[in-house]
Amino acid sequence: MKIRIKFSKYGTMKYIGHLDMMRFFQKAIRRAGIDVRYSEGFSPHQIMSFAAPLGVGMESRGEYMDIEVLSMDGTQEMKEALAQVMVEGVEILSVSILPDNAKNAMASVAAASYLLQKKSGDYPTQDLAGKLQAFLAQETIPYTKETKKSVVELNLKDGIYELAAVGDNAIRMMVNASSSGNIKPGMVMEAFCAFAGVDIPAKDYQIIKLETYADLGHKFVPLDAV
Amino acid sequence: MRKTALSEEILLQVEKPARYIGNEVNSVVKNREDVAVRFAMCFPDVYEIGMSHLGIQILYSMFNSWEDVWCERVYSPWVDLDRIMREQNIPLFGLESQEPVKDMDFLGITLQYEMCYTNILQILELAQIPLLAAERGEDMPIVIGGGPCTYNPEPIADFFDLFYIGEGETQYRRLLDWYVENKQQGGSRQSFLRGAAQIPGIYVPGFYEELYHEDGTVSGRRKQYKELPDTVRKEIVTDVSDTFYPLKPVVPFIKVTQDRVVLEIQRGCIRGCRFCQAGQIYRPVRERHVDMLKRYAVEMLNNTGHEEISLSSLSSSDYSQLNELLDFLIDECGRKHINISLPSLRIDAFSLDVMSKVQDVKKSSLTFAPEAGSQRLRDVINKGLTEEVILKGAALAFEGGWTRVKLYFMLGLPTETEEDIKGIGELSNKIAATFFETVPKDKRVNGKVQIVTSTSFFIPKPFTPFQWAAMCTKETFLEKAYQTKKGIMEQLNQKSIKYNWHEADVSVLEGVFARGDRRIAKVILEAYRRGCLFDSWSEYFKNDVWLQCFEDCGVDLDFYTTRERADDEIFPWDFIDCGVTRQFLLREWKKAQEGVVSPNCQVQCQGCGAGTFQCGICPTAP
Repeated sequence: MKIRIKFSKYGTMKYIGHLDMMRFFQKAIRRAGIDVRYSEGFSPHQIMSFAAPLGVGMESRGEYMDIEVLSMDGTQEMKEALAQVMVEGVEILSVSILPDNAKNAMASVAAASYLLQKKSGDYPTQDLAGKLQAFLAQETIPYTKETKKSVVELNLKDGIYELAAVGDNAIRMMVNASSSGNIKPGMVMEAFCAFAGVDIPAKDYQIIKLETYADLGHKFVPLDAV
Repeated sequence: MRKTALSEEILLQVEKPARYIGNEVNSVVKNREDVAVRFAMCFPDVYEIGMSHLGIQILYSMFNSWEDVWCERVYSPWVDLDRIMREQNIPLFGLESQEPVKDMDFLGITLQYEMCYTNILQILELAQIPLLAAERGEDMPIVIGGGPCTYNPEPIADFFDLFYIGEGETQYRRLLDWYVENKQQGGSRQSFLRGAAQIPGIYVPGFYEELYHEDGTVSGRRKQYKELPDTVRKEIVTDVSDTFYPLKPVVPFIKVTQDRVVLEIQRGCIRGCRFCQAGQIYRPVRERHVDMLKRYAVEMLNNTGHEEISLSSLSSSDYSQLNELLDFLIDECGRKHINISLPSLRIDAFSLDVMSKVQDVKKSSLTFAPEAGSQRLRDVINKGLTEEVILKGAALAFEGGWTRVKLYFMLGLPTETEEDIKGIGELSNKIAATFFETVPKDKRVNGKVQIVTSTSFFIPKPFTPFQWAAMCTKETFLEKAYQTKKGIMEQLNQKSIKYNWHEADVSVLEGVFARGDRRIAKVILEAYRRGCLFDSWSEYFKNDVWLQCFEDCGVDLDFYTTRERADDEIFPWDFIDCGVTRQFLLREWKKAQEGVVSPNCQVQCQGCGAGTFQCGICPTAP
C-alpha cells in the first residue's frame, strides 16, 4: 500500500539537510512501529521517496514523502504514531493512501509556492505590489544561471505562475518546480532586484515553502489531494 | 520555540550546523528553575566522534534520570566555528539549553585518548573559564576529568579541579549531593573541593604537589591537608547487571561514527596482553546478564529507531552467553531488518557461522590481531594467538567465501628483533598462501585474496607490565616500518598484501603524555597558545610546533619516552590504585623479558590484585 505523508519543517530543523531528513524519517518510522516495506537484497532499506529536497536554511509547510506499507490501522492512527516520535520543528500534517498506480511524489511535482518573508523591517521597495506586477508583466524575464561548468541565459517568465506582495514585508510566489523547469525562489528575487534596482541579499529574507503541487492537466493541486 | 546560541548567519556559514543546534531525539530539556545542579558533559573532539561514545550516553542518561540534575552535552567546535567564536567572543554553550557552559555548576570532560589534550584547553577557553584550576573564581564551574587517561592525570592536572577515577555510575550522586549541601551551607569552592577529596574515587590535584629527584624522576608527593588520602582507589560497578544503562540514547541527526545501538556486554578482559592498558585498568571482568542484554537490546532499538546494533566489549568471544545472545539478536533483528555489527570476534567455526548469517561475506573482511610477527614475541606480550590458530581460522574463512583479511601488528615492542619484524611479512604471506591452497581456482570469487597488514607503534602505558619499558624514537620507528615493508616486498604473494603504517610523530608525543608528569602541562599550554588543536586529526597535527614548544619549555622529550625505568622508580601515577598491584605488573614485566606467558583469568588466577573488588570473575567474588 502506498502512503503519502505531508509534513512541515521549521525552526532549528531548517539546518538539517535533505539526506539527514531521510535518515531521520527512516528512524522515526521504526520508532513509530510502522509496518513499512523494505527492498529485497542483502541490505534491505525502507521504500521511501521524497517529493523534492529542501535546501538547508529553508522552512516548509508543504513537504511530502511517500512510503509503502505492508499493513496499517488507518491514516489517522499512522499520523498519531508518527507525531509521537517527531522532534520540535517537524510536524506531520497529513497521511493519505495513494492509488496503487499513482506516480511517486518526486515524479508528481509540478509547482511549488513560497513565501519570502523579510526577517526584519519591510522590503526596501516603494510600492512593492505594483513593482512586482510590472516585473511580471515584462515580455521576458531574463536570468543568468551560473553553474561551475557553464553560464546559461534563462527566461523565467513562463515558469512564474503567481507573484504578489503580502503587505510590505513578504512576497508570495508560485513557480515551476518540475524536474525539467525548476525555478528557485531566490532566482526570481534576484531577477526582481535587478529589475527594481534594489539590493536584497538572500540572508535578509526567510524562504518558506508553502505547498507542493501536482499538475492534473487543467489545474495544480496539492500533492496530498491527488 | 527553541533558540540557538549561534545566529542564523553563523549556522548557515559553518560546516554541518547540526553539530551545534541540539534538539536530537531523546535529548533532554529541563526547566532550569526546577534543577539544583547543571552539568555540562563534554567529549573534547568533534560532534561525530563525541556522540559515538558510550560512556557519555550512560552518564547523560543517569544524570538526567535524577530530577534535580540537568546534564547537557558539549563537543569541540570544529575549526571553522572555533574561529568565529573567538572573533565574536561567543561563549561555548550546552547543546540542550544553548546557554553558556560558564553559567553551569560542573563541566565534566571525558579523556579517552591523550591526543585530545589541547582540545581540553580549547573547551575551557571558548567557555571563558580560566585554563588553570588555580585561577578559577567562586562562580566558575567545577571542572572534572574522567575516562582512561585519568589513570595518569598528572600531565593535565593543572587544568582540572578534580578527577573522577574509575566508573562513573557509583559516586556521582554522592559528589553532586555534597555540592548542593556545600552550596546551601554557603561553603566556598575550596570547602567543596576539600569535602570532595574525601569521596572514594575523587582526586583533587590542586591539594598535592609532585616532588622530584635531582635526576628528574619523581621522588614523592606532598599533600596540603593531613586528612587527604595518599592513594585514590578507582571506582567500580560490582554488579553490572543491576546498574544504570541508557534505554533512550540520544539519536543524532547527522551521521556519526557509531550510528547504532551499542550494547555493552561486559567490562574488563581476562586476557592480560602486556601492552594493553584497558586489559588491566578495567579488571576484573564482569559480565552483564544475558536477560538484561536481551531486554535492553529490544528497548533501545525501539526507542532510537537505529537500523544497527553493535556489541561492545574488549573481547566479545570471552562472553560466556554469547551464543544465546546472538541467537536472540539474529532472530529479533532479522524480523525488523536491523543489522548486527559484530566486534572483532576470535575467528573460529562458531564466529564464522554467525558472521555469515549477519554480514555479506563478499563485502566484509576478517580481522586478526596477532600484534607481533613471531611466536617468541607474541609470548613476550602474552598474546595467546598462535600461527596455527590464525592459519586455521583463515582457511575456514576462505572456505566460507571471505577473500579479505586485515592483520594488525605493533612495531617497537620490548625485545623486538629483525627476525620478529620479518615474521610480519612471513605471516601475511602464509595467509595469502593458505587462500591459494584452500580455494580451488574455479571457485575464487574475484580470482584473488586481499591481505591488508597494518602496523602501529608500541607506546608503553601506565598500569601495564610495560610501564617500565623504553619506547623507540621516531627514527627507529620509521626504520622498523621500512624493514616491515621490505620484508613484505620479499614475499612470494606480495602482490596480495597491502601495507599501512601509523604516523610516528604523533606516537612519540602520545608516549610523552601517557607517562608524563606535571611538568608536561606547561608544554601543552604553550603548544595550544601556538595554535595546536585537534592533534588527533593528522591534517591538524603540527609536529614542528610541538617539538619547538618542548625545547622552549626546557622539557626533554626523550626523558619520558626512550628511557627504560628502574624496577623501583616512582611513577607519577603510583598514587592511583586500580586494583592491579605494582608487584603483579613487575612480575609480568620480568616474565615478559623471559618470554614466559601467563594464563588468562579464566584458566588460572594470577593474583593481580583486582580480587580486592570482590566481584566478576575473581575467585574472591561472593
